Amino acid sequence: MAIASIPSLYRSTVGKKAIMAVTGVLMVLWLIGHMVGNLKIFFGLEEFNGYAAWLRTLGAPALHEGWFLWVMRFGLLAAVVLHFSTAAELTVRAKRARPVKYQHRAKVNGSYAARTMRWGGVIILLFIVWHILDLTVGTVNPHGVHGEAYQNVVAGFAPDRWYITLFYVLAVVSLGFHLRHGLVSAVQTLGLKNPRQDKALNVIATGFAALITVGFLIVPISVTLGVVD
Amino acid sequence: MKLKLRIWRQKNAADKGRMVTYEVDDISEDASFLEMLDVLNERLAVEGEEPVAFDHDCREGICGMCSLVINGQPHGPERNTTTCQLHMRKFKDGETIDIEPWRAKAFPVVKDLVVDRGAFDKIIEAGGYISASTGTAPDAHATPVPKADADKAFVAAECIGCGACVAACPNGSAALFMSAKISHLGLLPQGQPERDDRVVNMVRTHDDLDFGGCTNTGECTVACPKGIPLEFIGRMNKDWLSASGK
Ligand code: HEM
Ligand code: SF4
Ligand code: FES
Repeated sequence: MAIASIPSLYRSTVGKKAIMAVTGVLMVLWLIGHMVGNLKIFFGLEEFNGYAAWLRTLGAPALHEGWFLWVMRFGLLAAVVLHFSTAAELTVRAKRARPVKYQHRAKVNGSYAARTMRWGGVIILLFIVWHILDLTVGTVNPHGVHGEAYQNVVAGFAPDRWYITLFYVLAVVSLGFHLRHGLVSAVQTLGLKNPRQDKALNVIATGFAALITVGFLIVPISVTLGVVD
Repeated sequence: MKLKLRIWRQKNAADKGRMVTYEVDDISEDASFLEMLDVLNERLAVEGEEPVAFDHDCREGICGMCSLVINGQPHGPERNTTTCQLHMRKFKDGETIDIEPWRAKAFPVVKDLVVDRGAFDKIIEAGGYISASTGTAPDAHATPVPKADADKAFVAAECIGCGACVAACPNGSAALFMSAKISHLGLLPQGQPERDDRVVNMVRTHDDLDFGGCTNTGECTVACPKGIPLEFIGRMNKDWLSASGK
């Protein structure tokens, strides 16, 4: 894809979906790394905080400490903004495309995951904002000390803050559904879907979505249940 | 059979329109859905009322004219079946049936259940053709086509341009229709010269006509009377991305 044609991507309904698919896949790749990192909490304070500190040194000595992280943050921000804005525009377009609604709306055939992409996405977006304030910036975290990631997590999901854990569960389950449809959808959007492999693709998407959901939820739930403290 | 019908009545494009209830009696189970409406219309004509306007032509499932949303489903409850090929035995005696036109900004209502599907013609004009002059029928072996491609092109060519895919799509997208035309021509050697321009121009025209964007919900293929598969939308996406990259 020539760089010059990126604006034409943005103008077309097919191109907008391609932008959603590519940014979605980039976020998924990042999520895998994030999940693996989170699971290190089960190996204790030292290993977890050491890992958090090491993240800052990524790219050194070529890059100054923390630079790599900032590049990644801007990349992720761009992905979220592009993903969200194209989703919003396609939603507005869809409303415009059917100004008069049906009186009798039959129940739709599409899966639950497919039908909740938009509202599920909004839940995920709200979650992302909270999550950054909680464990990145620390403003809404009861501990909130830079460099003490382990203590922040333990304080954030403490048993008496079960409602926070509940919100994380809701958000991550939404993410799981989002990815269940999203992965298959992205393959179709990019024209890579082969109908003969539909079954395999569906199994992979369900398995991957379940893995991500469990992999992310096991940490806050373990803290709330006192398994990690 | 005795039935209660709630039908969308709208005098013209400017009228707001509303659902009107009618009762019909003595309908044969073997009648087609459109014959059932014929019975109602004959009675309305005798009573001096305006008959219900609806589109139809071949009444054998091949022309793509019939177009009713029946109980919220384009072409009604039976899979792979046009409205004209739907029979009353699919309904229960005493049932209430809601009948509405296709709903899309690009398909404005002309009258009652008739919509203007000229937007599809505009999409076809933008690229749904080949420019090679075909002349008389060529020898069958003049241009070899792999069997698998020929079969697939045939599946795509089954699209009758009825617009049920748009009516069913929660986004009001015409992706399935467009992808059937693009695949039908793009799978055959004669369709290659315009292949890139075709997909780019058809998609642009589709977007300009205020159809929505496809989000892979799959409602269209369920409603499609010809069972056009989603696979063609993937093919169209691939063609579009590759053409736009050149
Ligand atoms: C910022 C909040 C988000 C919103 C509002 C949102 C919304 C959406 C919407 C509306 C779609 C298209 C749905 C459809 O095709 O039916 C979509 C697709 C997708 N989303 Fe998200 N999403 C968000 C966050 C995420 C995140 C964090 C990820 C991954 C980690 C993700 C991954 C995907 C993928 C892979 C697709 C498939 C793209 C495609 O259909 O081609 N999304 N999203
Ligand atoms: S794809 Fe199916 S539903 Fe859409 S216009 Fe063609 S035949 Fe009708
Ligand atoms: S009237 Fe021709 S397809 Fe139904």
